[in-house]
Order: sequence, then C-alpha cells, then structure tokens
Amino acid sequence: MEHVRPSTLDEALEGLAAPDAKALAGGQSLLPVMKLRIVRPSVLVDIGRLELGGVHMSENELRLGALTTWNELESAQELERPALAALAECASGIGDLQVRNRGTLGGSLAHADPASDMPAVVLALGAQIVLRAASGERTVSAEEFFLGPFTTALGPAELITEVVFPLVEGSGSAYVKVEHPASGFALAGAAAVVRPDGGQSVALTGMGGQAFLLASDANPVDALPDAEIYGDRFAPVEYRRHLAGVVARRALDRARERMEGTGE
Amino acid sequence: MPAARQLELVINGERRSAEVEPRTLLVHALRDGLGLTGTHVGCDTSQCGACTVLLDGRAVKSCTMLAVQAEGAEVTTIEGFARNDELHPIQRAFVEHHGLQCGFCTPGMILTASDLLTRAPDPDDATIRRALRGNFCRCTGYQSIVDSVRAAATALREGEAA
Repeated sequence: MEHVRPSTLDEALEGLAAPDAKALAGGQSLLPVMKLRIVRPSVLVDIGRLELGGVHMSENELRLGALTTWNELESAQELERPALAALAECASGIGDLQVRNRGTLGGSLAHADPASDMPAVVLALGAQIVLRAASGERTVSAEEFFLGPFTTALGPAELITEVVFPLVEGSGSAYVKVEHPASGFALAGAAAVVRPDGGQSVALTGMGGQAFLLASDANPVDALPDAEIYGDRFAPVEYRRHLAGVVARRALDRARERMEGTGE
Repeated sequence: MPAARQLELVINGERRSAEVEPRTLLVHALRDGLGLTGTHVGCDTSQCGACTVLLDGRAVKSCTMLAVQAEGAEVTTIEGFARNDELHPIQRAFVEHHGLQCGFCTPGMILTASDLLTRAPDPDDATIRRALRGNFCRCTGYQSIVDSVRAAATALREGEAA
C-alpha cells in the first residue's frame, strides 16, 4: 500500500482515480476496517491536511466542510441555536473524546455505517451533500446519498467536500439515541426537526441497512409500523421498533421545546 | 512492498526521525521505532485508549492513526510528562489518589486527562467521566481515577495561580 499526501484538492482527485485508491481523512472509520482486511486500498490518498474544514454560516444556510471534526461540531458557537442544535448534540455523543478529535463529518458520511448517528441528522435537517470529481461538482440530497449498508451515491473517484444545511428560521431540532452500552453505536437513534408552520421531520438510524426519513404528512411517528426495521442479537425487531418510537417521540418533544424556547 | 521512508516529527519537544512503512501505525513507530514503550497497545481496535497520545495537544488513539499522518506534528507521550525527575501534577495526583493498580491503562488515562484539563480546567465529575469514556481500566473501577483527575485539576489551577 502506498500513502500520498496531495497538497491540493485537484491533486487528491487525480490520486483517487487509481484503482482501489481510498481517501483517508481522520481515519477513525477507515483504519479499523483496514485492520480487519475488509478494505485493502492500493493507495491511501491522505486528504487530512486539505483546506476542507470549517463551519460557515450565512443568512440562509450553514456550510460544513467535509473535514470538520466531531469535536469542532460539538463546540461550534454557530450551532448554538434551536434550528441546528441537533448537529452539536449528535456530534457530542459520537465515539469518545479521542475519536471526536480525529473523526470527520465527511469521512463518517462516506463510510455510511448503518448504526452511525450523523446520517439521521443530515436527513432530518434536509442537507445537501456536495461531491467533487476531477470532471466537476454535483450536489445530492441526503435522501439520495445513503443507498444501503456502507453504500452511498459517492463514486470511487469522488470526494465529499461540503455538507450544506438550509436554515429554517424559528425551527427546533434534536437528536436522541439509545446506544449499545459497549460500542456507543445507536441501537435506535432519531433526529427530529419541528418547524413554525407545523411541519415536522424525523429520521431514524440504527434500524436497518441505512438511515431513513419517516414519511411525514402529519405525525412522522405514525409511519413507524410500516417502516422496515431489522433485528439482530442486540435488539430483536419488535424491541427495536419500540425503541424507535421512544427516541422519535423524545426527539420531537425536545425539538419542539427548543423551538418554543422552553428547553435548554 | 512500498519502501520504508524517514518520518520526521517532534516528540516530547525533541525533533526525531524514524523509519516507517506507509502502513505503520503511530503506536508501533513510537514503541518499536523510537523505543517509547510508555504508550501501550491494549486492544488494537480503538476501544481501550491505552495507546492515547497527544497530537498537537489533542488526545488521539495512536493505534488508529498511521505514523505518516503524524508527519511534522508535535506528539506528546507519557515520557514527555515528568520534568527533571519531577512528576507532572497529573501523574502525582494519580499516585496520591490511587488512580492505578496495575498501571497498564495509566499513560492513556493521563494523556486523555491532559487534553480535558487544558479545555476544562475545573471539570465536574460527570465531565471527567465523559472525557474518560474511551479509556478502559480493568483493575480499579473508575472512582479513584476520577478522584485523581479532579485533584490534578485543582493542582494545575493552583500551580497556575502561584
């Protein structure tokens, strides 16, 4: 295996064109699967020092660079508002302090572990994911991005550069999970957004192949009985469906409290 | 196999170089290449935190980082804590408050505590426990470790005031 550290985004995209090349950011997902020999890259394109980080807030949207770490997210003052509170709340519950120091938003979304937390938040907040290849840039919605376990719309020679969140003034958001006590991964995780016009969204993670939005005409929780939920040795289907209802309702309640200014 | 290359980095304030392959983990470069065996390998699966070192001041698991990713960075290991045979206040607090039994997890505990205490000089117990979540101790239970970190926080604050 080779290791290259390109100094520009264009060089990185060139490097990723090699067969079995893999982008390495913080390495908190990629290195563990490499140790298990599940992934065996020929070239590691180390993008960790590219200028792809940062929390950029404008009037109507939040742009997060792909290399923003969980630790930066949990301590970003820009996110201390009800509409975006789910982001910091979710980031602060990921892994442990060491993992949050290294792990990045883009790396985690690209890895797409079906029990990871942040996919639920990007879905509920209606984020757009910006992908760059040598041939150009495209933007896909979070809903189009997650395709299955560890499977996304990201092409082999593409990089996530940014994640863009629309700002809905006056809304509230929250992330609540019941986690596996050893791994910290979500047995059931729910991100909720409540808007001043009465609209609400809930996305679930840890439930099956990928995080997904609940159909949300009225109360998203009503869509739970029809949701495809998997069971495993940690949580059989009926238990997990029950947990999904619990975390979804708690997340909605907390998001509403934040919207109304009655929560923390 | 790709050729080994010379890795330059600053460890415990000293410029050092080591021969590493691209696949070499930072913990192995530290232990085998540089002889700094205070950094321990407990699980090798990023769970136990025994391999924690500081990378530019922030706690990281050196078993979940390639040595080449640390190129040019400042790495601090447990060997960089004591000065002129005098224990660092965090080390002293662990001794005085029975923060260790076998000692295997202790370097990682101290390095993580160091990251915490630079960000939160006066943490409550819940904050200490949350910060130490990625560090496992299989001897003592965690109460005396939490006591040690709390005492270290006080000592560091008093040291700064003095």
